[in-house]
Amino acid sequence: MTQSLIHARNLTKKFGDFTAVNGIDFDVVKGESFGLLGPNGAGKSTAMRMIGATSQRTSGDLTILDKDPENFGPQIRAHLGVVPQQDNLDTHLTVTENLYIYGRYFGLSRKFVKGKIEELLTFAQLEEKRNAKVESLSGGMKRRLTIARALVSEPEILMLDEPTTGLDPQARHILWDRLFRLKEDGVTLLITTHFMDEAEQLCDRLVVMDKGSIMAEGSPAQLIKDYSTKEVLEVRFGSERNAQMAEDLRQLCDRIEELPDRILMYTEDGEELLERVYKKDFHPKTSLVRRSSLEDVFLRLTGRTLID
Amino acid sequence: MSQLHQRQGSLKIVDATKVAARGALFVTEARLRAMLKWIWLIISLAIANPVLYLVSIGLGVGAYIDKNTGGMGVDGVSYITFLAPALLATAAIQGAIDESVYPTLEGFKWDKTFFSMNATPISGNHIAMGVFFNSLIRVAFTAVIYWFVMLAFGVLESPRAWMAIFTAIMAGAAFGALMQALAGLLENENIFFTVLNRFVIMPLFLFSGTFYPLTNMPIFLQWIGWISPLWHATELGRWLTYGHEISSLMLYVHFIFLNSLLIIGVIASRRIFTRRLGK
Repeated sequence: MTQSLIHARNLTKKFGDFTAVNGIDFDVVKGESFGLLGPNGAGKSTAMRMIGATSQRTSGDLTILDKDPENFGPQIRAHLGVVPQQDNLDTHLTVTENLYIYGRYFGLSRKFVKGKIEELLTFAQLEEKRNAKVESLSGGMKRRLTIARALVSEPEILMLDEPTTGLDPQARHILWDRLFRLKEDGVTLLITTHFMDEAEQLCDRLVVMDKGSIMAEGSPAQLIKDYSTKEVLEVRFGSERNAQMAEDLRQLCDRIEELPDRILMYTEDGEELLERVYKKDFHPKTSLVRRSSLEDVFLRLTGRTLID
Repeated sequence: MSQLHQRQGSLKIVDATKVAARGALFVTEARLRAMLKWIWLIISLAIANPVLYLVSIGLGVGAYIDKNTGGMGVDGVSYITFLAPALLATAAIQGAIDESVYPTLEGFKWDKTFFSMNATPISGNHIAMGVFFNSLIRVAFTAVIYWFVMLAFGVLESPRAWMAIFTAIMAGAAFGALMQALAGLLENENIFFTVLNRFVIMPLFLFSGTFYPLTNMPIFLQWIGWISPLWHATELGRWLTYGHEISSLMLYVHFIFLNSLLIIGVIASRRIFTRRLGK
């Protein structure tokens, strides 16, 4: 039987009149990589802070490692590794010192932490920066250090809030690689992101959130299967003609999404559909056939794109 | 990577009960490590501050005053002897402000390091106490150095003068704890330092009987001294260093006043820190 490490039912958080998280249900089991996908302001970070046992829920049920965070905050936090959206490293201290003091916050012995630091420096590819002050690190290095710091206590659950926001593509790929390795080691990951590629890369299972509610839940492949077609044909006619062409294109496939700069046509076979577009004498300026992604799922569920 | 395969897991290695008991010390340890980065500045300030003040005002202004009092001095002693205990308490208070206000604003706002501490088993109470203990260490360091400089200047006349170190620490701790609580409430620090320096620190420095007996002031200004931790600490310091006369009732008043502020400041800091982190 699989053990549910995080269990949320009707979880709600209100700030005055504003409902940031509106009655969400989900379970995260041991060893899985679970994602909260949604645009900025969907309530992901608020949900993370409740799970992180630092912010109390307004109503609903929540248990983490079978404990209620309302009464057992420190006991729960003892087994979490938290990577917040903004790096909050101690900028006065060096790379090594940051790892050291964090280990001490978990009550780990000096000897254990010293051994652990070597391992984490290797993991985060920061061996050469061990004595550097945090201020001098690049964005990607700071991010890796924040992740390494969260691992100092060998947490049962690693929580990452928007882990690659603000990083360049190369830094993102290095980071994804590190997270993959953790996943292979059986660390349970809880990730929020508004990048659909990140969710597809890292998550075994995810929920799509919008405006504080869960819109859908499943594996990336299952969500794409349930809410989209196998392939997507993207065509561009130029911004002034897109709207008019969308009407004409509707006769060629079941579902069309019209975006300001392009038209998305949902189909099982993109090349075949493109041939039919040309046969009808429609001549798009550019065309692209691709596989469906979580972006399409989100568009289907909310009528909006993830990054506005 | 192979090392990570030997994970024992936090359930085996992390003891939340240990952190609950000793969390404040872990925070203190971290703050001390940061403070060591500017230890030379702290040492220089701790030495230069008393030397400069005691030479310029104690000896310089003092020579003028002592000449004009016909050898009577102020409060029966030379001006520098009268002034020094007040400056000692002032230095302790200034050190406490440095180590409580700045780290608090930094932790909540600038670096948000308090939030990273609070993501571990460390709680708001631990953080508040850690900052307080660290400020206490800085204050004690400053007061001890100051006291030895006073000794070198020959202004410690009473055999119980060593106890003035503790009354200065008490004043610093009380003021620091109150300022720490106040800084914990601040969402926006824009004008805070201006207000703090010009409308709190300066008036306290000038109107707490630092440079002349408080009773020289018109009665309608003396209240500033009565509510000022600096005046209470100065009175105790003068009593201890050269035997300034205080009724036993006032001794209790000074002692209770300073310790009440200390307790209020610490309790308020703990509550304010905990509430702000849980928002």
